[in-house]
Amino acid sequence: MSYVKPKFRHPELPKNKLGYTVDYYEGALSTLCAGCGHDSISSAIIQGCYEMNIEPHRLAKLSGIGCSSKTPAYFLSNSHGFNSVHGRMPSVATGANMANRDLIYFGVSGDGDTASIGMGQFVHVIRRNLNMTYIVMNNGCYGLTKGQDSATADEGSKNKTGQVNLFESIDLASLAIELGATFVAQSFSGDKTQLVPLIKAAMKHPGFAFINVISPCVTFNNNLGSTKSYDYVREHVEATATMDFVPQMQEISVSYDKGSQKQVKMHDGSLITLNKLAEEWDPLNRQSAMNAVLNAKSKGEILTGLLYVNPDSKDLHHLIQTSDKPLNSLVKSELCPGADALKEINAGLR
Amino acid sequence: MSNTKVNDFVVRFANVNGTGSASANFLFTKAIFRMGIPVTPKNIFPSNIQGLPTWYEVRVSEKGYLGRREGIDMMVAVNPQSMLNDVKAVKSGGYFLYDSSKKLHDQYIREDIHYIGIPLMTLCNEAYTDARQRQLFKNIVYVGALIALLDIEFKEVEGLLADQFQGKEKLIPSNIKALQLGIDYIHKNFKYPLDIRVERRNLLKDAIMMEGNAACGLGAVYAGATFAAWYPITPSTSVVEGFAEYAAEFRTDKITGKKNVAIVQAEDELAAIGMVIGANWNGARSFTATSGPGLSLMNEFLGLAYFAEIPTVLVDVQRTGPSTGMPTRTQQSDILEAAYASHGDTKHVLVFPSTPKECFELVADSFDLAEQLQTPVIVMIDLDLGMNDHVTPPLVWDDKREYKRGKVLSAADLEKIEKFGRYLDVDNDGITYRTIPGTHASKGSFFTRGTSRDEYAAYTEDSAAYQRNMDRLIKKWNTAKDMVPAPQVYNQKNNSENGILFFGTSQYAAEEAMDILKQEGIAMDAIRLRGFPFNKTVEDFVKSHKKVFVIEQNRDAQMKSLLMIELQADPNKLISVLNYDGMPITADNILKQITKNLSPSSKLN
Repeated sequence: MSYVKPKFRHPELPKNKLGYTVDYYEGALSTLCAGCGHDSISSAIIQGCYEMNIEPHRLAKLSGIGCSSKTPAYFLSNSHGFNSVHGRMPSVATGANMANRDLIYFGVSGDGDTASIGMGQFVHVIRRNLNMTYIVMNNGCYGLTKGQDSATADEGSKNKTGQVNLFESIDLASLAIELGATFVAQSFSGDKTQLVPLIKAAMKHPGFAFINVISPCVTFNNNLGSTKSYDYVREHVEATATMDFVPQMQEISVSYDKGSQKQVKMHDGSLITLNKLAEEWDPLNRQSAMNAVLNAKSKGEILTGLLYVNPDSKDLHHLIQTSDKPLNSLVKSELCPGADALKEINAGLR
Repeated sequence: MSNTKVNDFVVRFANVNGTGSASANFLFTKAIFRMGIPVTPKNIFPSNIQGLPTWYEVRVSEKGYLGRREGIDMMVAVNPQSMLNDVKAVKSGGYFLYDSSKKLHDQYIREDIHYIGIPLMTLCNEAYTDARQRQLFKNIVYVGALIALLDIEFKEVEGLLADQFQGKEKLIPSNIKALQLGIDYIHKNFKYPLDIRVERRNLLKDAIMMEGNAACGLGAVYAGATFAAWYPITPSTSVVEGFAEYAAEFRTDKITGKKNVAIVQAEDELAAIGMVIGANWNGARSFTATSGPGLSLMNEFLGLAYFAEIPTVLVDVQRTGPSTGMPTRTQQSDILEAAYASHGDTKHVLVFPSTPKECFELVADSFDLAEQLQTPVIVMIDLDLGMNDHVTPPLVWDDKREYKRGKVLSAADLEKIEKFGRYLDVDNDGITYRTIPGTHASKGSFFTRGTSRDEYAAYTEDSAAYQRNMDRLIKKWNTAKDMVPAPQVYNQKNNSENGILFFGTSQYAAEEAMDILKQEGIAMDAIRLRGFPFNKTVEDFVKSHKKVFVIEQNRDAQMKSLLMIELQADPNKLISVLNYDGMPITADNILKQITKNLSPSSKLN
């Protein structure tokens, strides 16, 4: 890099409840291409964490390999980060989460990192309902290796060199719903108004929260004929609802037309208020959510917003009954059976 | 009657997999163990759940030799599928015990062995009505016959049954009845006891009998491991299963049922090691266990853990490779794979236990080592140690022992530091300070990555910074040399110009071979490796002997290669003694190979 990040900030930036201004949640200067959709998502993450009054050191950010996986360096520099190996972030996140259930786990992946090399781990982390937020920055191509199609590229979509993709795409959102993910959302990097509340709700969800974000690659997949270009996505986005997220039973300040309003109460009392736009869609019903996504797809539309949520979600720690105290805080007296117990074990082996 | 075969013989049981023979055979072994006589059983089993031939070989040795021995003194043949080969396997003058419910075909008759026919099926059909019981008790009937033939103390078998059926006491009389059927049949029809037989001794003192895998699992419980992730693979499966069983006993809150442990069965070995790395990164002691194919899959992650410096403990229970190989046979053939797992310049710390006691101790030590060195530690055992019962000294734990968590900064430590540098070599030993996520609000966070970085964990492609880091990793490697388990040197001073070098389960046969060589006037110095990287003791041992016989259980002389690479040892002085047929190495085999080299015309060839 030949330049440095400007340190100047407006002197009267508003502070959140913890007394932090939004810049406290920023990271290093991004080295992605100018105009990359991923940078917009990073900024939505920063905004979401700021608004949720998150202590950065109580959040761990994890990623795999690829352009998307570089982004954890560009937000929350006061959080520990782990840039692991390609397609394997879910396993590292699983171990990290098992070690300390009290932190927030924030995973960032890409379409190659999730839908190709990481597909195995992606489906299994969903099965286990690991308590984490998992964002896929989905641009339908391999950016770091210069533009090859990924498994989420739509059939018939053209890449920069004019080649047409011959293969059916993998739809990550419907796959996640199908596999039993307990929180599934879809959004567009260019729609921060929608993305920020989704990220906030995802972080509060007590289980696996998946957000598939269409995030155009300005360098390799923003051409005419691509179905993941800014222009194409803007024209084809169909929102399920406008959404508001209110943490822990605060007064709801936004009012909607009663007939189309849907409120989802989360485990800790937080409220998601959805102002439904899509018809015959119930975000609490897996089947209905699945149909809504597939219907939109058949019309060439990308359905965005919160697609499905199960507020009764029980995460992996609940399922396997680990102690309430984080495992990484346990000490010898809580862990070691001691010499006398060993004598008994020996006696049983004679 | 010759006295030489008292407490010195081999019995092999030829069974059908899945017919309940395992518990009957164990009863036999354990009764001899309780008579204070050194005994060592080996399972020779197929990769199959039901129906294929399986063997169980028991060596009884007054002298305490616990390795396998060639030459079968008695075959208990209850499997028609393998009977032809089983007849051939008996030593001349040996015994062949078979089910005489049907007449033995001529093809099974040898002039030079003794036949003991017992109508196992007929006896059971007469005594029991239930089909399953008829099948199961056939095994107990032959144990009864062996009690009479080999002079095993009945009260020891009775005691074992009482232990086994604690809480289900009503099952004991039917077992006793089956034993009695076998005993009575021998008493009525044969001369007993045979020349091969047992006699009570007090040679075992307070020894226990245990499988290496269970000892590894228990070691992890004692070491304070709170997380394990794994993918089932023979022969390592019982490591995490053992851990889970002991953890269920010692780590479950009696009231809430909540556990001070988490165990995840992963989707594959890649995920298993990834989870373990994630948990260790986040400050929980964690481990996985696998075998060769799993180790191959874990390579990429092991490279990450090496380069990003994350503690990791991995138990590799080696089996016969390459590829799927013989999944239920033993070998020591993952050594190079483990030592240099992953691309780029990587090296990993290895430890080599030989006994279940050492499995327990070295697994516990490995958690200290991994955290102190912030790197993977691979515990190298094999199927023979992991899945067979071994007589071993009792396990010992010092309650004063504290967990050595290595250089981890607390919030208070961070307060005192102006600027935290994750990869700054503050102590000049190559080992840097780490922080656990969530420790401090504004200090100590850093970005863990597999890419090159500077001392402050910032990404860099600067050649000098990259090289500084690689050189520091070698400095850490050199620090590790005196931290890994030291080798066992058999003589304080060199007594011979030649030496023997071995590790792991070769210890049993190697020590027996050394005794025999000594009796023949060829005393040799010996060293048993217990850790890698090699320390100066190993280097000096190799340097100070004219020839060093390197005993190992693989084809390619992998440990010899490692000695050559790491110590620049002269390949001409390292003489390989190899065994790679999938069976545990024997003293006979070692003797043949050593004497062939020392005196090419020797009769032993």
